[in-house]
Amino acid sequence: MAAVTFEEALKRLEEAVRKLEDGSLGLEESLKAFEEGIHWSRQCHSRLSDAERRVEVLLKTEKDELQQVAFDLEEEE
Amino acid sequence: MRDIPFTVEVEEPSAQVAQRPAPSGAAEGPAGAPAAKAPGPAALAKPLTVAELTRHIRQLLEEQFQTVTVEGEVSNARRPGSGHLYFQLKDESAQIRCVMFRNAAQSLRFELEDGMQVRVRARLTVYEARGEYQLQVLTLDPQGTGALQIAFEQLKRRLEAEGLFARERKRALPYLPRRIGIVTSPTGAAVRDILHVLQRRFPGMPVLIHPARVQGEGAAEEVAEGIAVLNRLAAAQKIDVIIVGRGGGSIEDLWAFNEEVVARAIHASRVPIVSAVGHEVDFTIADFVADVRAPTPSAAAEIVVPPKAELLNTVIAFRGQLGRRFAEGLKRRVERREGLRARLGAPESAIRQTRLRAADLRERLDAAGALRLARGHERLAQARGKLHALRPDRLTPMHRTAARSLHRRLGPALRRHVARLRERLDAQAGLLDSLSPLTVLKRGYGVVLDAAGRALTTIRGVAPGDALRVRLQDGTLDAEVNQVHPKPPDRSP
Repeated sequence: MAAVTFEEALKRLEEAVRKLEDGSLGLEESLKAFEEGIHWSRQCHSRLSDAERRVEVLLKTEKDELQQVAFDLEEEE
Repeated sequence: MRDIPFTVEVEEPSAQVAQRPAPSGAAEGPAGAPAAKAPGPAALAKPLTVAELTRHIRQLLEEQFQTVTVEGEVSNARRPGSGHLYFQLKDESAQIRCVMFRNAAQSLRFELEDGMQVRVRARLTVYEARGEYQLQVLTLDPQGTGALQIAFEQLKRRLEAEGLFARERKRALPYLPRRIGIVTSPTGAAVRDILHVLQRRFPGMPVLIHPARVQGEGAAEEVAEGIAVLNRLAAAQKIDVIIVGRGGGSIEDLWAFNEEVVARAIHASRVPIVSAVGHEVDFTIADFVADVRAPTPSAAAEIVVPPKAELLNTVIAFRGQLGRRFAEGLKRRVERREGLRARLGAPESAIRQTRLRAADLRERLDAAGALRLARGHERLAQARGKLHALRPDRLTPMHRTAARSLHRRLGPALRRHVARLRERLDAQAGLLDSLSPLTVLKRGYGVVLDAAGRALTTIRGVAPGDALRVRLQDGTLDAEVNQVHPKPPDRSP
């Protein structure tokens, strides 16, 4: 699932809605479409409301290794 | 910096020359030139060697023109493997050989091309071995267009020809990146602008910054390195797009983004690159190679993320629609089922109706059958009655009397008829008799028969010794042929 981009997830959600709108689905299929739609809407949601992630900056350590540390803008302001 | 070795080189020979009395006079300027000829007449007395003369010339020239600044058009420029740059500087009526040694040539930011108008600062030198003089160029500046502008145009032309700007190799940016990489100075205005816009537009969007100096010596290399590093980390860090840039500045400030190493790094990047260099009016080579050029760093941030609020609204709207459509679908199904059930009542009564109709038909069928049967019986009875009446044992006495009278009348009629027939027969027999061959025999004729009993009418086929039978009126004679006498042919009628 991680491989699916937000855009794809949104497209799948839209497809599920369109299928249900079409009204030609059997009961089983429409239930499936609904479940899929719910799944994709959750995917989209979680992508949008992911826990706040930090802005990080790469720093070189003395051993010449890269280290990610929080980037603080405050000092600039 | 560049001037120091030059100064040292120049000062040494001039110092040496200064120690020589005669040429030092020449060093005072063109006015001193005639004085330089002073040793000439003396030399006439004693011939000079070529080397001596050349050395004198060298000393004169090198002293006279220690450093000169010359303007002219470049021609015949070439740079062999040695790295030294050779060309000629010319104007309408003259030209002079020039060399720019590798160290000096390396500081050139652009490729020297024929036809360029340049100003050089150079030292005049004489190559004694060949008796030639040339300018040893120390610095070279283009006239008119700036060196950087020329370098920019040259690199742009070259990379374009190589296909680095091709539209078809531009990649689409992700709709929503999982993480954004930024290569820029961590203390510059650009990073601040980008982060502010990101925060406003998409709070919580993860960002990874690769710090790089964005101007000055080594800046281009750091920017290129940053792009490469973020590419290496891209998969693990889910970096879907990289912004490369810096805030506004002079063309010199932005120069790192015009260097080939940056262009190559952008070209090699697997992650789509948004360039954001300077202000809207600044175009750099990086902008041409990047997948998308943002006019400013802030614009780059707007380009790489859609507004989060809008996306959320879209998702929520779809989610709502999903629920509604599904509920509608269910409702429609329930209604249709109800409708069907209502219509199902009718068929039950239809079955009843059909059953009744079937019974009715059956009755009518039976009735019709019975009628036809009755008629059949009737006809049969009639036929049987007729038949019955004709039975011989049922012949009535009346019939019997009629039959007897018929029989009685039959006898005499029959006898009369037979007598009549006999008379006719006798008459015919008499007629027949008169025609009979037997009657002919009575008149003395005979019939000759062969052994098979056939009557002979010719002598043909009869040979002496054949047995014949002759029939006469009262019997037959068996005879044998003694001789056959054909009729003479000429006597025939």
